[in-house]
Amino acid sequence: MTQQQSRQVQTPPISEDVRAELVEIGTRYPQARSGLLPMLHLVQSVQGRVTAEGIEACAEVLGLSTAEVSGVATFYTMYKRRPVGDYHVGVCTNTLCAVMGGDEIFERLKDHLDVGNDETTEPVDGLKDITLEHVECNAACDYAPVVMVNWEFMDHQTPESAVQLVDDLRQGNEVRSTRGPRICTFRQAERVLAGFPDGLADEGPSAGIASLNGLQLAQLNGWGPPPGRVGTDADRAQAVADQDRAAAQATAEDGQEGAAATQASPAGTKHDDAPGTGDEAQ
Amino acid sequence: MSTTSEPTTQHPEIDPLTPVLSADWGEKRSWTRAVYETGGGYDALRRGLREMTPEQVLTEVKESGLRGRGGAGFPTGMKWGFIPQENPNPKYLVVNADESEPGTCKDTPLMMASPHLLVEGVILASYAINAHHAFIYVRGEILHVVRRLQQAVAEAYEAGYLGRDILGTGYDLEVVVHAGAGAYICGEETALLDSLEGRRGQPRLRPPFPAVAGLYASPTVINNVESIASVPGIVRHGAEWFASMGTEKSKGYVLYSLSGHVREPGQFEAPLGITLRELIDMAGGIREGHELKFWTPGGSSTPILTAEHLDVPLDYEAVGAAGSMLGTRALQVFDETTSVVRAVLRWTEFYKHESCGKCTPCREGTWWLVQTLKRLEAGQGEEGDIEKLVDLCDNILGRSFCALGDGATSPITSAIEHFRGEFEAGMHTPAWELFPYRASSVFAPEVTPA
Repeated sequence: MTQQQSRQVQTPPISEDVRAELVEIGTRYPQARSGLLPMLHLVQSVQGRVTAEGIEACAEVLGLSTAEVSGVATFYTMYKRRPVGDYHVGVCTNTLCAVMGGDEIFERLKDHLDVGNDETTEPVDGLKDITLEHVECNAACDYAPVVMVNWEFMDHQTPESAVQLVDDLRQGNEVRSTRGPRICTFRQAERVLAGFPDGLADEGPSAGIASLNGLQLAQLNGWGPPPGRVGTDADRAQAVADQDRAAAQATAEDGQEGAAATQASPAGTKHDDAPGTGDEAQ
Repeated sequence: MSTTSEPTTQHPEIDPLTPVLSADWGEKRSWTRAVYETGGGYDALRRGLREMTPEQVLTEVKESGLRGRGGAGFPTGMKWGFIPQENPNPKYLVVNADESEPGTCKDTPLMMASPHLLVEGVILASYAINAHHAFIYVRGEILHVVRRLQQAVAEAYEAGYLGRDILGTGYDLEVVVHAGAGAYICGEETALLDSLEGRRGQPRLRPPFPAVAGLYASPTVINNVESIASVPGIVRHGAEWFASMGTEKSKGYVLYSLSGHVREPGQFEAPLGITLRELIDMAGGIREGHELKFWTPGGSSTPILTAEHLDVPLDYEAVGAAGSMLGTRALQVFDETTSVVRAVLRWTEFYKHESCGKCTPCREGTWWLVQTLKRLEAGQGEEGDIEKLVDLCDNILGRSFCALGDGATSPITSAIEHFRGEFEAGMHTPAWELFPYRASSVFAPEVTPA
């Protein structure tokens, strides 16, 4: 496959099915325009960026001008005008992570991948593409320095571990988030952000080690809040009754619509805990 | 650093740490409804919807003294009370889960480990304000949190806790998990509303306040994740129980997030009023061979403090009296290897990048601040640069629609106040020569003072 062909394959058109999903996103909200951000995520899940075609499709669905949709798309940094590779690697270089080593990690990755900020690796047969970017604080400061891959946490990185990480990604090796699931592609991630669950919620730990430091110290010392009301047997009986009632109602309403349905995970998508993710809660 | 001190809370019989929000985080599969209910999850929902009127839930939250956990500390119950119930428009609850203030990392682990705690709080809060539609606006850059929220909401629908006729009480509620797209400004509540309406996230002029004209110009309450997640505990155990923790005007338990140069960074849930000295002790002390230089009490928008503030009770009043703000209790700790000029420049670059561009003082001012700070970092500062920074900050502070511009000035003016000498050194010596950057990183070779 030539590079040219590979680029073409990467931009499938906005099909009728995608259009139907765009419309469906709008129905989640009292006013359809509220769905514009998830709609643009859906466009990226199909085309790897926000294309002119994607903007036109959103505008059409919402009855807006393309200028209005463009105005929104260009405001938010997660929407990309240039094609994003299979994996988006974001190195936090806000102050805390930068000081803790994020700057050095970012420099090393730029050098290793031979790209600048917000640039994508040259396509090579047999290797996945990576788009490298420095990102702002990603709410994981207690795990600094932090790297995000397709917006999944890769905690406690070093320049060496980050190089290994991108090498694994490029070669298509399975990579797991330190506090999440197997890393999926950028486009799959964008589909989840558009509100279409991928069934991976049950992977990964409850919490990473840093999140548990206070809790474990409290448990070690027997510390906790003052005693409150304790759930009674009546509470438990009521809970069971409520569950029976919900099950009966679900059976009765089976097959019916509901705005809720668009939010629901597909049934039967339970997964085992991710084994051996290092930071797993004990 | 070896320290000991007595807890400074108003209630000495209360334990130093009080995990409530974080109580389940160590459980396997804590994010599932089954595990959440094992620990009494959704008991508060039954109590609230079956045994209490919306007014009673609101009163309970008012009496608990709960204040907004997103930074501003506004009393939550009072905010709910501002909703004009006679207004014929629908009422809305919007949860601000757009956690992105630098240093803030509490809502993310909460939603990842205990999404049902948030969902239960959403239902109770919506019930209290008579809302039938609620939105969780979560930042898009925390994908696994989005997954856990989506699943928790779906599970709550399956259990009959959301949808029509919840628990047979006749109360209806729809909840939508909505992922943002990368814009710090959308953590500002009116910008968040514009964003949730499918627009550029730019702040609105107030009044009217969101309580009167919020989402779709209808009465809207916007609360932080941790505020809403505190509600089930209050409803389940009562306002008095909640208020037995904390200080006189700062009630209850909160998540304190320690990051940076401490041995064991992480989340510590404690009654309001604990001190940084106590927290650093709990985090194993400052890293080996180093000492505290400066810290933020509540993210980068709160003026930095120093070692002389180690014993300030971390509640809204005392931190304010010390010249800063409690903010989001994002305690970023930096040791003596860290260049203040470098740290402040990086924060300022962040504000410049995130300024939405609506107001001139913020849009242009942050650009000028970055230019000046870059010179100082490179040791090429010019005569009068420090005065220029102070003057720029003076012209940004209070002159924009929202607090982003104000926040941008906080680290600069406070850093100049506490570490003016380092800015003066920027007239001739690069910051990286004064403070070799590698020495600050976690993979620096073990440094013992020569």
